[in-house]
Amino acid sequence: MGETQLSVAAIENGTVIDHIPAGQGMRIVRLLKLADHKKKVTLGLNLPSKSLGYKDLIKVEGREVSEEEANQIALFAPKATLNIIRNYRIEKKFAVTLPTTISKILTCPNQQCITNHEQVQTQFRVSRFGHRVMLHCDFCEKGFAHDCY
Amino acid sequence: MKGRDIVSIKELSKEQILAILTRAEEMKKNPPGSLLKGHLMASCFFEPSTRTRLSFESAMKRLGGEVIGFSDAGSTATQKGESLYDAMKMIGFYSDVVVIRHPLEGAAKQAAYATNKPVINAGDGANEHPSQTLLDLLTIKECQGKMEGLNIAFVGDLLYGRTVHSLALALRLFDCRLYFVAPSLLAMPDTICQQLRQAGVPFSFHQSMEDVMDKVDILYMTRVQKERFANQEEYLNVKDNFILTSRMLEKCQKQMKVLHPLPRVNEIDVSVDATPFAHYFNQAENGLYVRQALLAMLLGK
Repeated sequence: MGETQLSVAAIENGTVIDHIPAGQGMRIVRLLKLADHKKKVTLGLNLPSKSLGYKDLIKVEGREVSEEEANQIALFAPKATLNIIRNYRIEKKFAVTLPTTISKILTCPNQQCITNHEQVQTQFRVSRFGHRVMLHCDFCEKGFAHDCY
Repeated sequence: MKGRDIVSIKELSKEQILAILTRAEEMKKNPPGSLLKGHLMASCFFEPSTRTRLSFESAMKRLGGEVIGFSDAGSTATQKGESLYDAMKMIGFYSDVVVIRHPLEGAAKQAAYATNKPVINAGDGANEHPSQTLLDLLTIKECQGKMEGLNIAFVGDLLYGRTVHSLALALRLFDCRLYFVAPSLLAMPDTICQQLRQAGVPFSFHQSMEDVMDKVDILYMTRVQKERFANQEEYLNVKDNFILTSRMLEKCQKQMKVLHPLPRVNEIDVSVDATPFAHYFNQAENGLYVRQALLAMLLGK
């Protein structure tokens, strides 16, 4: 917890997602639907960070993000850490890990994929080729580098 | 195999593939009569097809089964905006097995989610066409007497051709050496090459058929379409490298066979038809037996 945390109000109960690469904060709010519950969400963008240079940070009041949910965003924020806050105290702290499948939150970059033409819950298999992370759509079977998403 | 879906060739194990081929060979040798009497196949073709649709329908009817369906999306409620999911769920109630061809990739998978009846993918956009792959494998096995350790060349449009992608991936199970002969613009895509590499399949790239003609057991031809090129000149420069004539067959090995998923336009000169190397019509015929085998096995017969 550094100075950056003090610049926005502390939360009573909820989640702090820290160490998000600068530029990814808004996307993560959208993907995890963090602002959909009409409670306070504080988004810090381009905050100074020792490890990342600049980072984004999200504080969500009244919602505890599970490890499973958090892992879904590991693609965009591989070093993100989550703090679960209860009664202003850190109850639990964990880092995200890349899951083997990513469901629902991504759309397939292949415009010819059925998932872009009707309401379907998408599912992608995650695989690593050396340093590259590839995602394969379960429907159209096409593979894409993670930065296509 | 009873009740399962055939959406992607990659979901089938080597043992399952061999079981289907063995059953297809039996069907060819001893036509089993009215094995599927009382069963109904829904033939759902959301885009036109001749060979695939007719061979599935023929396969079902020759086994004594019945067929319902449509041959283009224009005559269905999807024109009114009905989702594929809803349409397939309903069709599943009316039939015992569903065959689907659809222009969108992943459509067969979506159909399989929609209904608990077995779904056979008869082509979903540029993605998969597993019954074509199975009939290709049957033909290779039949004309070479084996499937292991063969040298197989793929020629033509290797970028967009779903048949070559599926067949190349299926051959990873059979310890074959692959040769990819294509203009650089239409080369085998990276994602397929990566999967082959991971499976330890040896392969190489070539610009002309002449390079591989004396090495291979199978020459799998596909059509290089003019429309794929940005300009006419580029097409004219490469097109002769991908048209097979009987003269080019002088160098090849005796047992070599030419295959083609059909329809052909001009990529195999008709002079090849009369040579002992031509095997593409036998290949098309095998489509019937493979589809008979699939229908019977999925229906538990």
